[in-house]
Amino acid sequence: MKIAISSEGKTLEAKVDSRFGRAQYFIIVDSETMDYKVIDNAAVAQSSGAGTKAAQTLIDEGVQVLISSSVGPNAMEVFKAAEIPVYKAIEGDVKTNIELFKNGSLEKITEATNQGHHHH
Amino acid sequence: MRRVKISVLSGKGGTGKTTVSVNLAKTFNNSLYVDCDVEEPNGYLFLNPQIEDEKTVEVIIPEINSDKCTLCGECVKACRFGALTKLIKKILVFDHLCHSCGACFEMCPYDAIVEKYKPIGTIRKGKAQSVDFIDGKLNYGEATGVPILKEINKLIENVDKPVIVDSPPGTSCPVIHSIEGSDLCILVTEPTPYGLHDFDLAVQLVKQMGIPMAAVINKAGEGDNIIEEYCEKEGIKVLAKIPFKKEFAEAYSKGKLLIEVNEEVKGIFEKLTTDALELIKK
Repeated sequence: MKIAISSEGKTLEAKVDSRFGRAQYFIIVDSETMDYKVIDNAAVAQSSGAGTKAAQTLIDEGVQVLISSSVGPNAMEVFKAAEIPVYKAIEGDVKTNIELFKNGSLEKITEATNQGHHHH
Repeated sequence: MRRVKISVLSGKGGTGKTTVSVNLAKTFNNSLYVDCDVEEPNGYLFLNPQIEDEKTVEVIIPEINSDKCTLCGECVKACRFGALTKLIKKILVFDHLCHSCGACFEMCPYDAIVEKYKPIGTIRKGKAQSVDFIDGKLNYGEATGVPILKEINKLIENVDKPVIVDSPPGTSCPVIHSIEGSDLCILVTEPTPYGLHDFDLAVQLVKQMGIPMAAVINKAGEGDNIIEEYCEKEGIKVLAKIPFKKEFAEAYSKGKLLIEVNEEVKGIFEKLTTDALELIKK
């Protein structure tokens, strides 16, 4: 299963990035083999719509599950429509969160965790 | 009288743009008052116009025709605002993220994007005795009031009487669209360091747009010198000072026109209209 995690760094030991749309990186992990791929989040520089852009990147990568801590309303709508479940990360590194997900210990998020960050 | 456009702006909010605008429009008589502060238009509270016409302002946003859409994703790539997302079976449109730039319409190779009209606000037209009245109102949560201001500018293009534009605060896009094409900008400020700071921002904007300008000091009294010194340095004429008086604040809070409650202010505005027209002639 392909799992995406928002991350501050480029390895499985990196800390989970608490933001979604403006996370530094996404690490896409194959939960069976623990092989992973690092994606530079281009949406970081987006003045608005960062959440939907980042969500698009993950959908295009064929991600099946997302682990992150702060997902806004627009991105949440995309994941709901794409039927990609979102799980709430706990503080710590990427690897720990993958393990917790595999054990079924992460909480599923169904509503946006913030009201968006609209800037003009 | 021929059309002259006088825009009242300030940079800072709460300095008295609306006070100056409505009293000026009323003093001119046979004029048109235009409230361009579309996020919080409140000039109507002082003029009490009879509204004769109200129309909705709409912008164009995309709607996907799923019969023609091949899910190629060109529209998603074209959108700088993240308003379009491609899922496996459809394109998702986020209306409130769309800035109506039209890029998706241009880039779709299959003509699969249909124009959908989305209301963003209203324009009202009316009459307050001798003063014609127009105001724009932006629906809450909308990204920008600029499309409303563009519509208003079309409406006032060929008016053959003095047009007094009550501009929004700040110095960004909505202000620029409000004061564009003015014959004169009247900058209202208050004699405080905050007033001066934002007054300077407004002065720089008007200068850059090449529009003649003059200043009005509202809530005048103590501290006027900081504004006067600045104006002298910048070569800006102070056309009027409206004194800081409790009586005026009371009239304002009741939605009354200052020129109708105080003879002194009435005189100040009569002189202001003459001086403003004099400056425009030059």
